[in-house]
Amino acid sequence: MATLQVLGSRQTPAARTNQGCVAHIDGASKSYGPVQALVDFNFEVRAGELVALLGPNGAGKTTAIKLLLGLAIPSRGKVSVFEGDPASTVTHTRVGAMLQVGRVPETLKVWEHIDLFSSYYPNPLPLAETLAIAGLEDLRNRKFGVLSSGQKQRVLFALAICGNPDLLFLDEPTVGLDVEARHLLWDEIRKLVARGKTVVLTTHYLEEADALADRVGVINKGTIIAEGTPAEIKSRTAGKKIRCITQLSPAVIKEMPGVSGVQQDRGAVVIHTSSAEEVLRGLLRLDSEISGIEVSSAGLEEAFLELTRESN
Amino acid sequence: MATASTAINSATNLPQPNVLRIYYKEAKYEFLKSLRYPMYSVSTMLFPVMFYVLFGLVMGKQMIGGIRTTVYLLAAYGTFGVMGASLFATAAGLASERRLGWLQVKRASPMPPFAYFVAKAVMSLIFSGIVVLLLFLLGILFGGVQLPAITLAKLWLTLVAGSLPFFAMGLAIGYFAEPTSAPAVINIFYLPMSFCSGLWMPFIFLPKFIQKIALFLPPYHLSQLALNLIGAGQGGPSSGHWQALAGFTLLCLGVARWGHQRDQKANG
Repeated sequence: MATLQVLGSRQTPAARTNQGCVAHIDGASKSYGPVQALVDFNFEVRAGELVALLGPNGAGKTTAIKLLLGLAIPSRGKVSVFEGDPASTVTHTRVGAMLQVGRVPETLKVWEHIDLFSSYYPNPLPLAETLAIAGLEDLRNRKFGVLSSGQKQRVLFALAICGNPDLLFLDEPTVGLDVEARHLLWDEIRKLVARGKTVVLTTHYLEEADALADRVGVINKGTIIAEGTPAEIKSRTAGKKIRCITQLSPAVIKEMPGVSGVQQDRGAVVIHTSSAEEVLRGLLRLDSEISGIEVSSAGLEEAFLELTRESN
Repeated sequence: MATASTAINSATNLPQPNVLRIYYKEAKYEFLKSLRYPMYSVSTMLFPVMFYVLFGLVMGKQMIGGIRTTVYLLAAYGTFGVMGASLFATAAGLASERRLGWLQVKRASPMPPFAYFVAKAVMSLIFSGIVVLLLFLLGILFGGVQLPAITLAKLWLTLVAGSLPFFAMGLAIGYFAEPTSAPAVINIFYLPMSFCSGLWMPFIFLPKFIQKIALFLPPYHLSQLALNLIGAGQGGPSSGHWQALAGFTLLCLGVARWGHQRDQKANG
């Protein structure tokens, strides 16, 4: 939650919505042979926001990013970035991208990779600044091939930001990173947004979308199935979770008014409900020995599971 | 709203990056990348040089077609070296970069698409230039090669320019080979073509039917161009050989273009 406050303090939501839209996909469909990657897909990116595309593997997130980068052409529908062709070099001078890549030339040094990519852009960041943002100062003279997977991800991140682009696409940026490296990268992504950059991020980590995004598009089977702030997405499910240790059998609890689901979780039960207070009163009345009561909001994870279940 | 969105969306008045500088850096790093990859740099240099030392300096006491073996083999192994340098770097590099995502990262950047290919061509030229130079040095220092400077210069330029058809062939192979199989596919073309074109054994010693096949092979035409310069060609004007090489280059570029379009379709 601290994160969202940090993001909120930089701009009011009203200021943000006034800045207009920098990229959009209108009714795009895309199939690879028999596989429908995107189906009538609509999505827009607003200036200065960090928007996350959240979905399971194979949902179509990467395809959406490819459309926005002009790496793929939709079978139907329209894509535009900065009111132009997403594939054009002029558009690309304002865009940075971190893609999932199998192999990067291994014999070039970190600074050499950055030097080359910086040369593509009209207004690149100074090399030292790119190295600092990506945390690569100590690794600048290492060859790419000898880096750890987390360090490699940081180089790819550096290549995405070195041109000082207005719009950044980060496709699963923290995949394969350990917790510490992931949090470091999150900090850097937040700093970019604080500097006025627009960021589109794909992830299948719910925690990541929750921690970073102003807005989340939940994607499954090639369509957006829900869109809104992380809080809005969460509120679309049945509100609260109650965890407690009780003598009551799950069958009894399930019959109580307002209960939408009950699960056994080790020694405790987890009750899903839309009216926590009413259920709590009932539980206390029926079981005087009840203990270990915790009440929490359903997380993005529950919301996500519920949304994808609906759309399946 | 209107003004804000124009400010956001105006890309036209941005300063553009220096295109020549991009081409320069792309070529420089393409070269460094390959140079530091010993599997490539050592083997492309090593094999022609090793063959030249063995068959030219150690065993080559006799004459071939009235000229010293060491002189004759400059043309033959020069062609062999130029071919290897261009084919391996271009085809293996392209196959791996297009299949394993790196080309896509480049395409998502504002790199001028042409720069990628020009860099590979320049790298082929540079490596070819080095290989031929090494052979010249060996020949002059240890093989008693005595050619006028102007002939050496012409020979060098011909061989180095002759790397371009093989660069084009490398592109064509690179667009259809898998990263793991690329070196094998290259050898399937490289070694038999070299043999049939008379790069390993003087052309006149080859069986008649192979001599006929050779007329359709680009290394034959390049080696004949080189041999013509030192007075040991099979006869026939150089212009015919240049035309054959130009035709072959266009054919390969056509195949590469087809592969490129096939990729675009598969990806997007």
